[in-house]
Amino acid sequence: MAKIESTFKNMVLVLTGITIFAAVALGSVYSLTKEPIAASKKAKQENAIREVLPEYDRLDAEELVMLEGFEEPFAMYKAYKGDVFVGAAVQSYSTNGFSGAIKVMVGFDGDGAIINYSVLEQKETPGLGTKMTDWFKTEKGNQDIRGMKPEENNLTVSKDGGEVDAITAATISSRAFLESIQYAYKAYAQNYDVISGATEKSEKLTANEEEDQL
Amino acid sequence: MSQNSGMKTMLNGIIKENPVFVLLLGMCPTLGTTSSAVNGLGMGLATTFVLISANVVVSLLKNIIPDKVRIPAFIVVIATFVTLVEMVMQAYIPALYDSLGLFIPLIVVNCIVLGRAEAFAAKNTVGKSFFDGLGMGLGFTMALTLLGSVRELLGTGKIFSFTIFPENYGMLLFVLAPGAFIALAYLILIFNKLKKA
Repeated sequence: MAKIESTFKNMVLVLTGITIFAAVALGSVYSLTKEPIAASKKAKQENAIREVLPEYDRLDAEELVMLEGFEEPFAMYKAYKGDVFVGAAVQSYSTNGFSGAIKVMVGFDGDGAIINYSVLEQKETPGLGTKMTDWFKTEKGNQDIRGMKPEENNLTVSKDGGEVDAITAATISSRAFLESIQYAYKAYAQNYDVISGATEKSEKLTANEEEDQL
Repeated sequence: MSQNSGMKTMLNGIIKENPVFVLLLGMCPTLGTTSSAVNGLGMGLATTFVLISANVVVSLLKNIIPDKVRIPAFIVVIATFVTLVEMVMQAYIPALYDSLGLFIPLIVVNCIVLGRAEAFAAKNTVGKSFFDGLGMGLGFTMALTLLGSVRELLGTGKIFSFTIFPENYGMLLFVLAPGAFIALAYLILIFNKLKKA
């Protein structure tokens, strides 16, 4: 077959034809993969929530909490076992990572103590900042933040006068990570009165008060 | 086309004209994604798929594409396949998609893909173009996996996340960008030495 000549008409026709084919191919694959993509994203989020909270059997619908000075809202999920509030997971972020944004899921119990966390997204340096996925839940020195209360404990790196050991050679990533935890707590505290538990179940309220008196 | 010449075209891409070690094409994803062996392998396989598909389609269309608009036409074909890979990977291998992230769309501008479309597929038969894409892709995958393994081993003491020696003895430098250049330079040196021998 002879090669088609480069006349204006031919060029326009061929390019249009190719782009139409490309559009059809992309469109059909998009509609095929749309649901699996959404499902895998949802599964990832659900796994993260399950990881950071104690056992629960009911999850409230997502609540979006806006904080002053932030553009994006923080998503919060309250969890109950039976009728008892067991904790809430807050999806938080920080844009001060070493290379890009960090997204974490943090679980708080009714007293405002950190239950666990899970890093959803980060682009930190491999081998340095990426250690944040486990570092802050490893029992070693002062690096474990589980059980700490952002209200009472100073959740900043020890270099900045805080109580947490930063990841070796990744202070910037550590700062950004702790910052995202603090934001999560702010979002949580704004929505749920930690000291009195006023917006929550009454059983939890009395339990908290008893602890306070002790 | 005989079996033999297909094999020869393929081997050409793996050894004689290895895209990374000999042609030095596609350095951006080579240096950027090889911080671990798995990432290198994933990137290599994604690129291989795009190379084969783009080569086949371009060689099928080579006679109906007017010369003056061949580059935009090739780019549209390549970009389509890259986007397909991206969507499929995001749907079915989300973990790999997360770690490669930005580098997947960048396959579009990987000069090796356009280079093979322009220099090989636009002048050869469909069969030959397929083997060329396969060979180049495998060569690229091999190079990236090798580089990723070397960097992962020296940097963190692991290969494919399998611990070889304790992480404390790793040289972190190799996981970072400068280590990519150093490791690549030594691999090219060794490759050239072996090729001559």
